[in-house]
Amino acid sequence: MKKLGKIYLALVLFFLYIPIFVLIVFSFNESKSRSVFSGFTLDWYRKLFQNDIIISSLVNTIIIAVLASIISTVLGTLAAIGINGMRKVPKAVVMNITNMPIINPEIVTGVSLMLLFVFFAARMNLEFGFVTLLIAHITFDVPYVILNIMPKFRQMDPHLYEAAQDLGCNPFSAFIKVVLPEIMPGVVSGFLMAFTYSLDDFVISYFTSGSSSQTLPVTIYSMTRRKVSPEINALSTIIFGVVVIILIVKNVIELRQMKKKEA
Amino acid sequence: MKTKWVSAPYLVWMTVFIAVPLLMIAVFAFTSNDGGFTIKNIQDVGQYANIFFRSIWLSVIATAICLVMAYPVSFILSRMEKHRQATMLMIVMLPMWMNFLLRTYAWMTLLGNNGVINHLLGLIGIGPLKLINTSGAVVLGMVYNYLPFMILPLYSVMVKIDKSVIEAASDLGCGSFATLFRVIVPLSLPGITSGITMVFVPAISTFIISRMLGGGSNLLIGDLIEMQFLGNAYNPHLGAAISLVLMVIILVIMTVMNQFSPDDQVLI
Amino acid sequence: MENIINLKDIEVVFEDGERILKKINLDIKDKEFVTFLGPSGCGKTTTLRIIGGFLEPTSGDVFFEGKRINGLPPYKRNVNTVFQRYALFPHLNVYENIAFGLKVKKLPDKEIVRRVGEMLELVNLKGFEKRSVSRLSGGQQQRVAIARALVNHPKVLLLDEPLGALDLKLRKEMQVELRKIQQALELTFIYVTHDQEEALTMSDTVVVMNNGNIQQIGSPTDIYNEPVNAFVADFIGESNIINGIMPEDCVAEFSGHRFECVDKGFAKNERVDVVIRPEDIKIIPPEKAKLTGIVESVVFKGVHYEMTVDGMEHKWIIHSTLHEPVGTMIGMDIAPFDIHIMKKSEE
Repeated sequence: MKKLGKIYLALVLFFLYIPIFVLIVFSFNESKSRSVFSGFTLDWYRKLFQNDIIISSLVNTIIIAVLASIISTVLGTLAAIGINGMRKVPKAVVMNITNMPIINPEIVTGVSLMLLFVFFAARMNLEFGFVTLLIAHITFDVPYVILNIMPKFRQMDPHLYEAAQDLGCNPFSAFIKVVLPEIMPGVVSGFLMAFTYSLDDFVISYFTSGSSSQTLPVTIYSMTRRKVSPEINALSTIIFGVVVIILIVKNVIELRQMKKKEA
Repeated sequence: MKTKWVSAPYLVWMTVFIAVPLLMIAVFAFTSNDGGFTIKNIQDVGQYANIFFRSIWLSVIATAICLVMAYPVSFILSRMEKHRQATMLMIVMLPMWMNFLLRTYAWMTLLGNNGVINHLLGLIGIGPLKLINTSGAVVLGMVYNYLPFMILPLYSVMVKIDKSVIEAASDLGCGSFATLFRVIVPLSLPGITSGITMVFVPAISTFIISRMLGGGSNLLIGDLIEMQFLGNAYNPHLGAAISLVLMVIILVIMTVMNQFSPDDQVLI
Repeated sequence: MENIINLKDIEVVFEDGERILKKINLDIKDKEFVTFLGPSGCGKTTTLRIIGGFLEPTSGDVFFEGKRINGLPPYKRNVNTVFQRYALFPHLNVYENIAFGLKVKKLPDKEIVRRVGEMLELVNLKGFEKRSVSRLSGGQQQRVAIARALVNHPKVLLLDEPLGALDLKLRKEMQVELRKIQQALELTFIYVTHDQEEALTMSDTVVVMNNGNIQQIGSPTDIYNEPVNAFVADFIGESNIINGIMPEDCVAEFSGHRFECVDKGFAKNERVDVVIRPEDIKIIPPEKAKLTGIVESVVFKGVHYEMTVDGMEHKWIIHSTLHEPVGTMIGMDIAPFDIHIMKKSEE
């Protein structure tokens, strides 16, 4: 039974990894063929870095992800504090609306924002591009920040805040000294989640970007529309490498922390 | 203390960028180009019934395959030793960190008429088979992309099932199957329902997978919407109506799913 | 009485090479209350899991009513288990939890209702049928776990530290109740605990284990009065354990003096452990005693005082209804039959 489980797990992992593996192999392929490996080359990597559209959209993606995640973390943290203090009914209404971008299919969120932007564009000289992208990203990021923070309030001892005031803190310093450290893990994980979602998003960006400003996933999409573009293989390999390194570093750090705690 | 005022900026943001846009979908769905009220858009959605059925059908199949595939994976993971669990989970989730488009593109490479699989089949004298641009390829793309969405919620529920509860079932006369259906499945029900929604919702609304792996002949609801907004068929009113119907379908299915999910179950 | 379970040369070696059980042999008599007693990691739970069928021994045989049952899965064994933290099914209510085993065996509904009713009565949980198990107190969950196991009419009930999670008062009550149930139903109970008091008060037979070995098997009185080695003596109640030698039969030498005792059969000048119970030491004036010491501390324990006395080579623990002030020099006297001589254990 145990052996069977291991074999099954191996098969599923094979299924999950084989496409990525193939992409990596063919990123070093001399010819444009997708089936025959004719020789080793780094040409596609060179071409990738010479491709201005890719580089500029990569820069764009990072700028938007950084800005959107920072703004949504601030906005979301304040929101969570306020929502936590609300009475039951308004709280439920706000949380339900907040959940919409998470529950709704991405395409619906994207399309709805596009409708709004089209409406504004016609009346206020708004152009599809950086601003619309940033607004869209903040909009789908904030709910994740709020959802990461809210449970921390529930886990927190409700008397902490009072105790701090009892010991001489004014409401503001009580918040900074006691409440903020308690919800900080939620703030951090909310920020990281917002950042990764922003980096990764395609669907919503697709409907809210303009020709002046695109994100990397949108550029990738237009590349896949052309029949053969081996630069994508090279790009995938690099992204995969970066992800693997980040995750390994993250795991090593966590493992160290765990060992420290045990010691 | 009046902490609720600090959420004011967000409340404004939420209203303008979440609530109003969704209302606009509803408004667009029920108005015509000149701004007058109409139900024509909704009626027109009926013309695309076949696309709706195909979308529902393919995403139901994909969700079912994901459930069947993911269930043993999650169970095996949840029974591993703690420190190995973390590593294995990371390995299972790692492909998710690659952009969705790249993962789908990878399958284009594999399934293409001159792709790797057909090349390998050719070596043993089979094919070339028509793999890409089929509805099978679309389902495969859905399963591949969304399988981790099924594994994760199942795993997080199963890991809370105490080993001794499973032993107790065995102690009380359950063989493997009885243990599975009388204890493990009921206890993992919350994970099953959230896994199903997490796979079904993106599957039924995708337009990438169908476009990249399904060719032109396997249009889904997502493609239909996209075409109304960014395609040649430009008609945001019809697009809004289709979106609205899609939201209703999803709402209905999620309500049904919630019926199966026990509400006040506390795992000891 | 007949044996219901025999363990023959049971050995368990884990993947990392750790030997959890080292060739254990044990016979368990029918209708007996047997307790596996020992510190954590001694192998007592492992032994129980082997009997329950949750663990296969690396080598050795398990017999149930004379039949070898190695490899028989738990669901085919006529034993049931009360798990350490109860392992109740959280998705089922009290009634459904208890009825679980009967439903699996597809008994007629009428029979199920009757037997579950009996059990609810036995464990005093009438009226709780529809209650969710997560909303029961620890003691009530415990009762459900017992009922859920007993309703299947097992020949042997295995209990893995079942009272460990309860508070002291409830634990005492449940001890009495479990013993009553065992006698009323005339079942074999195999009970695992690390609490020596629990073992002594409840059992017919106590099996003391340490380091994957059985140290001693006997009635509570035997185990307490005649521990076979220093480990058992120390584990069962507090003891003074001193290094000594046996110059000849019925004479022990320790702390620089010779004492009369009742043990014989040791080699000349064999090194031994001398075990003396704290309550067997009498306080006498120092000038009349071979053993003397200075009182270091006195703690009132309710029934008696516990004194620590600094002798030259050993700190003595004395239980006595009288006490001397800290700093006093006292003499200690021990009757010959209270001096227990034990072979040095090899480990």
